[in-house]
Amino acid sequence: MRFRPDHELHRRRASRNYGLGAVLLAFAALVFGLSLVKARENGVPGLRQAGAGAPAITAGEAGR
Amino acid sequence: MSDATSINHELEAGFGDYFALLKPRVMSLVVFTALVGLLVAPVSVHPFVALVAIVCIAVGGGAAGALNMWWEADIDALMLRTRARPIPSGRVARGEALAIGLTLAAFSVVMLGLATNFFAAGLLAFTIFFYVVIYTMGLKRRTPQNIVIGGAAGAFPPMVGWAAATGGVSLESLLMFALIFAWTPPHFWALSLFVKGDYARAGVPMLPEVAGRDATRRHILAYSLVLAAVSLALGATSVGGPLYMAVALVMNALFLRAARAVARRSDADSDGDRHRAERALFRLSLLYILFMFGALLAEAGLKSFGMGGW
Repeated sequence: MRFRPDHELHRRRASRNYGLGAVLLAFAALVFGLSLVKARENGVPGLRQAGAGAPAITAGEAGR
Repeated sequence: MSDATSINHELEAGFGDYFALLKPRVMSLVVFTALVGLLVAPVSVHPFVALVAIVCIAVGGGAAGALNMWWEADIDALMLRTRARPIPSGRVARGEALAIGLTLAAFSVVMLGLATNFFAAGLLAFTIFFYVVIYTMGLKRRTPQNIVIGGAAGAFPPMVGWAAATGGVSLESLLMFALIFAWTPPHFWALSLFVKGDYARAGVPMLPEVAGRDATRRHILAYSLVLAAVSLALGATSVGGPLYMAVALVMNALFLRAARAVARRSDADSDGDRHRAERALFRLSLLYILFMFGALLAEAGLKSFGMGGW
């Protein structure tokens, strides 16, 4: 069975949908990349402590 | 409902029509000058943050373009140069252009603030406001100095790029602004001397129509002198250097010679050789801005190898 070829109208709508999809993906990628860079540059407070080798729970806290 | 409505398929917008709202050709100049402003600044920026900043400035410029097309749909329909644009051709509704312009403007400003700093974001917001409200809505149809005022909007991107890196304004960024500000009138008036009639048809008071074509020729020469002074002053700052100065001397000599040739001609001379000198000045003006900002970029590049600068 053969489908009818797409109408010009459908091609234009498809270009709009794919274009918008690509823009949204690019936006998500920018925000994700920016989050990684900012986290690395400024550090995330909780992560920095753990990364610096400090124990997650101090001895005093463990004894309580 | 008994009416059968027919849809004109030719008027269905594709993605390219929405992209055209952002004036991609203007955007390329915005991206180039903003990138130079960001890269010549004395503060280094993470490459990914720089990429996001440039995308935000480009999208902000595009948003201003979409809002300009929303407001000017009536006169765009009257001019040969602009009547194939998405709104006058009927492919995009005015309301859509307004919505896209406002959304992109808000996104670009907020994202630039989050990526770099809110001073740069505020400057980008002011640029969009200046271009759309002060230039497009306020002054373009009222004064023959419209190109001079519109030129200020186009001159902000390197300042925004510099602010994205440093968080402020300095003599260098102000002089980069002044360079594009003084360059814009000779560039557009040279164009308006050989693209006749379009603006008159739309009722936009361009200088050649209001003050006369001979006065426009003199204005071109006057702004070219200001441009030469500004560009040499920029070369004496921390972003300049021997390479920039050499390029500036050559480009300004060529520009002044071309501007003087235009200023000394009459309209009859111009019609006689199909506006050769005016076309030559217009082409040279495009090379001028490319070479001057290219030289600034080259100085910054040389500095990273321990050369360049004063």
